[in-house]
Amino acid sequence: MTGDPLFHDGVDLVDIGIMGLKVVVAFGFLLVATMFMVWFERKLISDMQNRIGPNVAGPWGLLQTFADGVKFFFKEDLRPENADPLVFRLAPYISAVTAFLSFAIVPVGGVFKDVPGTTGTVNIFGRETFLQVADPPIGILLLLAMSSIAVYGIMLAGWSSGSKYPLIGSVRASAQAISYEAALGMSVVAVVILAGTLSTHDIVARQAGGINTWFLVTSGVIPFIVFLIAATAELNRPPFDLVEAEQELVGGFHTEYSSIRFALFFLAEFMNVITMSAIMVTLFFGGPAGPIFFGLTWFWPTIWFMSKVMVFLFIFVWFRATLPRLRYDQLMDLGWKVLIPLSLFWLMFISLKELRASNDWNWIATYAAAAGGLLLGGTLLITALRAGDRAYQKDSEDA
Amino acid sequence: MGYLDGFKITFGKLFEERVTTEYPKEKREKPDRFHGRHVLNRYEDGMEKCIGCELCAGVCPAKCIYVRGADNPEEAPVSPGERYGFVYEINYLRCIHCDLCVEACPTEAITESKLFEFSFDNRSDAIYTKDELVVDDQGLPQKQPWELWHVGDDLKTSGWMRATASSGNPAYENRVGWSGELGYGVREPERGQQFDESEPQNVDGKDDQD
Repeated sequence: MTGDPLFHDGVDLVDIGIMGLKVVVAFGFLLVATMFMVWFERKLISDMQNRIGPNVAGPWGLLQTFADGVKFFFKEDLRPENADPLVFRLAPYISAVTAFLSFAIVPVGGVFKDVPGTTGTVNIFGRETFLQVADPPIGILLLLAMSSIAVYGIMLAGWSSGSKYPLIGSVRASAQAISYEAALGMSVVAVVILAGTLSTHDIVARQAGGINTWFLVTSGVIPFIVFLIAATAELNRPPFDLVEAEQELVGGFHTEYSSIRFALFFLAEFMNVITMSAIMVTLFFGGPAGPIFFGLTWFWPTIWFMSKVMVFLFIFVWFRATLPRLRYDQLMDLGWKVLIPLSLFWLMFISLKELRASNDWNWIATYAAAAGGLLLGGTLLITALRAGDRAYQKDSEDA
Repeated sequence: MGYLDGFKITFGKLFEERVTTEYPKEKREKPDRFHGRHVLNRYEDGMEKCIGCELCAGVCPAKCIYVRGADNPEEAPVSPGERYGFVYEINYLRCIHCDLCVEACPTEAITESKLFEFSFDNRSDAIYTKDELVVDDQGLPQKQPWELWHVGDDLKTSGWMRATASSGNPAYENRVGWSGELGYGVREPERGQQFDESEPQNVDGKDDQD
């Protein structure tokens, strides 16, 4: 039996109630987490820059985001004369809704042990269920779909603003997202091949059993590194924040936005940071896996999950505090010439490994063929890159 | 480690001390030559120093000073000389506190105090007239309702004038070349304008006291 055990014996009102509860709790949790994420980022980045950061609203400035949110509600909602009225209003909601939806597939808790029938479930009102809003069979594909649709939010926002800077920002956003989605997708596929499933719950279940079984280790770290870099680019966070490069584009795609519409973009951006961290924990770090000490057994996995997510939130802020923004050609070079070949190669390597294991191929012959393929592919790639560089130099000399 | 060195630096900053002064809560001590709001000084006998020459208005880069001079009334002269400042207005919505007026003043009439925390809520309050600028009978600035004062802020009102007076030239150190002020008498020049090995140097960044 696959999928949430909640629905295995038909659906009644209690099931619907539990689902509703999960949605409301996840929604509320995500909103509050986003609020604190904004505070956390501001506080941490000021710590890293020898500043104090927000410290007036509430204890340690904890309510700063709340105050900002309230302020946004009372601001005048401007719409430029040249803006397309419908699309201009629609775009922030596309961003925000996709940001909410992609979190639905993340398992945030549950004890994952190799006991059949009880993997990763908790008991709510006498019903067994997963601690995640939804466990669709397409699982992780939903994340890729949502992060692609989120680009529409940015793209349409920039295009419909009727202003040049947002337009440039949104064109950059689309190009960047398309470039990095390939690398992101391929590092996800590496995990999916190892797990043999798309469902996030099953991906986490396959990693139950200690650090050695985490896909970080079994996939050989490279997919994780590619995923981390590509995710940073997908999130439009520094050092890949060319979409809203203040020095060049004022505010990028959200230049013309104000009031609550701007707040929605802001919300979506930080919510995506949390979601991507959670996805990384799910894919590579065993999700809620961790030792269970005493007391409530269902409580510890959630704590472990949150701590792992916190580490990634810290890393994202650390990136921002440390790395200067990439130039646009560097961004494209990194995406197309480094990350995509690397993840492609690693994907083929992992596929070959799995194929060899399941078909019982001779390993010398297999890896000899792989080395030959790598040599050929690598030579072709390097030749192509050199040809590209020569053409580029010739162009710039002619110009 | 190349790329990773930067991460080490930013992480190390987490544990460093903060340099921020949380301004409204805690306030730094102000130097004696602070450029705050102006005062119009008087001589020790109570006569006003301003002679209405309009040099301050002429030198003002922000054009915030308006002066009109007039002949002193014979029975009750306001200033020792022939003329006095009949109208004297400074618009603090324009003033940039550059202290060029202080340097231009031939009689050391206009100097700047250490007061800077004032927030008026209408434009006419922003224009300080002679009634508000001229020092009181003790030689202290007059407190306006919208000004925030701190202890000692009203005392050192002519540090910059003494530092830049023609006889305040470093070569003339310790030689007084300015007139006395009401409430203070002839003030001592500031020390430390010239490098002197025999004197302890001002290394902590704070100005010497009068």
